Amino acid sequence: MIRIEVTRRPQPSRLLSAFSPLIALGLTIIAGSIMFMALGKNPVAALYSYFVEPLTEVWSLHELAIKAAPLILIAVGLSVCYRANVWNIGAEGQFTFGAIFGSALPVLLPGFQGPLVLPLMLLCGVVGGMAWAFIPAVLKVRFGTNEILTSLMLVYVAGLFLDWLVRGPWRSPEGFNFPETIRFHEDAVLPAIWFASGRAHWGFVFAIVAAVAVWFLLERTLKGFEIRMMGQSPRAARFAGFSSGKVVFFALLLSGGLAGLAGISEVSGAIGQLRPVISPGYGFAAIIVAFLGRLNPLGIIAAGLVLALSYLGGEAAQISLGISDKAARVFQGLLLFFVLASDTLIHYRVRLMRTVKAGGGDA
Amino acid sequence: MKKTLTTLAATAAVILTASAAMAQGMDKVKACFIYVGPVGDFGWSYQHDQGRQYAEKTLGTDKVETAFLESVPEGADAERAIERFARSGCNIIFTTSFGYMDATNKVAAQFPDVKFEHATGYKREHPNVATYDSKFFQGRYVIGQIAAKLSKTGSAGYIASFPIPEVVQGINSFMLGAQSINPDFKVKVVWVNTWFDPGKESDAAKALLDQGVDILTQHTDSTAPMQVAAERGAMAFGQASDMIAFGPNTQLTSIIDDWGPYYVERIKAVLDGTWTQTATWAGMAEGHVVMAPYTNMPDDVKAMAEATQAKITSGEFHPFTGPIMKQDGTEWLAQGVVADDATLAGLNFYVKGIEDKLPQ
Amino acid sequence: MLEAILLTIATAATPLLLAAIGELVAERSGVLNLGVEGMMIMGAVAAFAVAYTTGNPWLGALAGALAGVSFSLLFGLLTLTLATNQVASGLALTILGLGASGMLGESFVGLPGVKLEAVSIPVLSDLPLVGRLLFGQDPFFYLSILLGIGVWWFLFRSRAGLELRSVGANHASAHALGLKVIRVRYLAVMFGGLCAGLAGAQLTLVYTPQWVENMSAGRGWIALALVVFASWRPGRIVVGAYLFGAVSIGQLHAQALGIGLPSQLLSALPYLATIAVLVLISRDRRATLMNTPASLGQPFVPDR
Repeated sequence: MIRIEVTRRPQPSRLLSAFSPLIALGLTIIAGSIMFMALGKNPVAALYSYFVEPLTEVWSLHELAIKAAPLILIAVGLSVCYRANVWNIGAEGQFTFGAIFGSALPVLLPGFQGPLVLPLMLLCGVVGGMAWAFIPAVLKVRFGTNEILTSLMLVYVAGLFLDWLVRGPWRSPEGFNFPETIRFHEDAVLPAIWFASGRAHWGFVFAIVAAVAVWFLLERTLKGFEIRMMGQSPRAARFAGFSSGKVVFFALLLSGGLAGLAGISEVSGAIGQLRPVISPGYGFAAIIVAFLGRLNPLGIIAAGLVLALSYLGGEAAQISLGISDKAARVFQGLLLFFVLASDTLIHYRVRLMRTVKAGGGDA
Repeated sequence: MKKTLTTLAATAAVILTASAAMAQGMDKVKACFIYVGPVGDFGWSYQHDQGRQYAEKTLGTDKVETAFLESVPEGADAERAIERFARSGCNIIFTTSFGYMDATNKVAAQFPDVKFEHATGYKREHPNVATYDSKFFQGRYVIGQIAAKLSKTGSAGYIASFPIPEVVQGINSFMLGAQSINPDFKVKVVWVNTWFDPGKESDAAKALLDQGVDILTQHTDSTAPMQVAAERGAMAFGQASDMIAFGPNTQLTSIIDDWGPYYVERIKAVLDGTWTQTATWAGMAEGHVVMAPYTNMPDDVKAMAEATQAKITSGEFHPFTGPIMKQDGTEWLAQGVVADDATLAGLNFYVKGIEDKLPQ
Repeated sequence: MLEAILLTIATAATPLLLAAIGELVAERSGVLNLGVEGMMIMGAVAAFAVAYTTGNPWLGALAGALAGVSFSLLFGLLTLTLATNQVASGLALTILGLGASGMLGESFVGLPGVKLEAVSIPVLSDLPLVGRLLFGQDPFFYLSILLGIGVWWFLFRSRAGLELRSVGANHASAHALGLKVIRVRYLAVMFGGLCAGLAGAQLTLVYTPQWVENMSAGRGWIALALVVFASWRPGRIVVGAYLFGAVSIGQLHAQALGIGLPSQLLSALPYLATIAVLVLISRDRRATLMNTPASLGQPFVPDR
């Protein structure tokens, strides 16, 4: 019998901190090759179309930025929550509500145009996300209600509310009754960053700016210290005079606001109207991104790009090799598993042991 | 003859006639398909994929090469998926969900040499965008008649997905068919707000049967209601595909979406260089709407159903022929007047006799 | 009619109850497994495949349970042995499960399944009013109720249950007391997988005997919510699962009766009701805190 034994390192390994993503990639390539061969596909071609093909063309890089932007924006906010031990898993709902609030202006007042429209929309988006996150925050602080559940339940409620709006009061009068709002006028559309080369919009810039700003907040300010302390040892934080209620509000409102900004950016920049479905589950995927990025806003930028690549790569593989969507998802799942497992190496020493006497090397 | 939604075309920005350059044929066509659900849903996406396979088989792999992307979410992802297809050498791209409408038109603007075919939409903003849909309501009239003949309780349960015109057409047409046999027929409608959730559809089926209906029909995609009807000894109509395997003694018939003939025709047009922008809304006559064999019913009912089907197919009869009253009792269509396609395509009210309140 | 409605509610509530009971045990040991949906769908496809191939639904149920267990072992390997983050690993497990079940089930789409028939308990099922409801149901129903009672007894009346709870409450002191934290958690996670797999099997063998992709349609997530809703108490899970089932079925009946409310509002009712009830019960703050496993979601690696 061989078993795996894990022991904590005295200090996180710097070397492995840098190399663990490569180890994960290597393991994913091996496991993926086996799977692709079992499916009767050429593993080299499959891996190429998965990891390289989406990066070889400029338009595709734009698409990568579009896909990564909401993931990064949301995940950055979530990292603050999770560092503070606040388990917001309802970012999908905050994203939706931000999109609804932000869209109110161009949908209800299409006559109001000009350069003010877009900033107001973005502001409303942030407020909408915050408002939706305020509910679990107030329920947690006032009644001690678990935020995992309330934030998750509110995801469904927000989705159904959006559904009701676009099928009912906000439905486009010219749309033959189909469930969608009018298309936003030009002033309400988030412009492309660099129009000539592709359609990536300013949402990506927001994401990067937010990541850097939150990184600064967490690592270099007193508020960041308060948040981290509240997460690591709430009792000590309370002795230090920090209020746990305030931290809960701060973390949830910040992450809600960023999710709301992601929502309105996606609707305004990439879709151009409200529709019953505006997110393919960004709010949930961002949870993975937050952890892949080790809850560090800068790491989250990289993680968001990697996850976005795995979506684009999955499509490329479907088209060029006929690898099914399901296989692409299995591959994505494997990638996530290996990344998570490899990160263990940073904090822990992993050994393969024979049952009685110690043996084997580092795994 | 294809009936075209010419009035709808008014919303399209520009409609150009086929340019001369299009007249050149091709030796081989790459046809690409985008599905909103998994091909394994045994409903909407499954039927489109059956159509793709049929086209490949009919035209031969030396003439047509196909590719597809499944489970593509509507929104930003759709535009990327369509653009990827356009860039990867597809000559004709079928986008098979209503939510792909704007994405299809946006990408079409950038790739004037690629043909785009959008299912169930109405926007054709560029000359290389065509739209297509099927008149499922024709089949619903037939099953309405069957239901009225066979129901002992004089009522049927209707499991509906979303209140879009296609579904409203279906409910109205079903009711009109039923009323042509039994003017007091009742339809109980339950909206499940999903196209596809076997569990929820089965719950809805049970709820309807518990409320005393003995025939079920559905405008959702799973076979769960058929199984529930089979278990409870009720009768049911299938949807999208032939569901007889799920209710050998239950299914009366099924309204089958058959996209195969359309796909063959359009891919062939690209091969021949004769592809032009069209707005197809075809039904029984063109073989888009197919009725599964009439089973589990007496011969006279079967004969009636076949006769109605024949009349609709030949164009002799249109399900929406006046006099028809709206739900509130006001007149919609006068004696002998036939609803035009544009009104039907945007239908947002019930006909008289339906007790449900249409979600607004 | 009432009896029929109650039977419908029971069928809708059983998979939620099964999966939630399993997750409850895992969470009581301090492990938050967000992969319930993934384990459930694997159980569903395995149960369908085996039942269809062998024609024996009992073997199918067994296969569903085994599939759930093996998938939970994957989760255990990551989070318990390798001490990865539980939230992220659980989400990855769900992605993997949805993909893998789609691949495995490709050839079973569109085939009518084998139904696990109801087993009527003689004499008792003929009782007036409650007879059919309590004693004329499918085996999954009995199992879910028995598991609910069994888990309550195990957690609060047995020594092993006490150990499991102390592992979840404070793994460091449990370890210091000589309890094998990792082993206890593995067993709890496997039980969670077993129950989720059975819940999936119920979907393809009883609820809707067929296989289609993504057919769990978010029921794993609702089960997760139920655990928190119940504040980690088995009795409340039973109540919660049936409440949720009742509201979802009730809104369908309300519609069929022609109550003119927006259907989206009716569809949102179960979620709003859950929040409302949760707020009501969590106002009693001490009781909630007492039941919350304090080590939930935190990895444990013994220092030596």
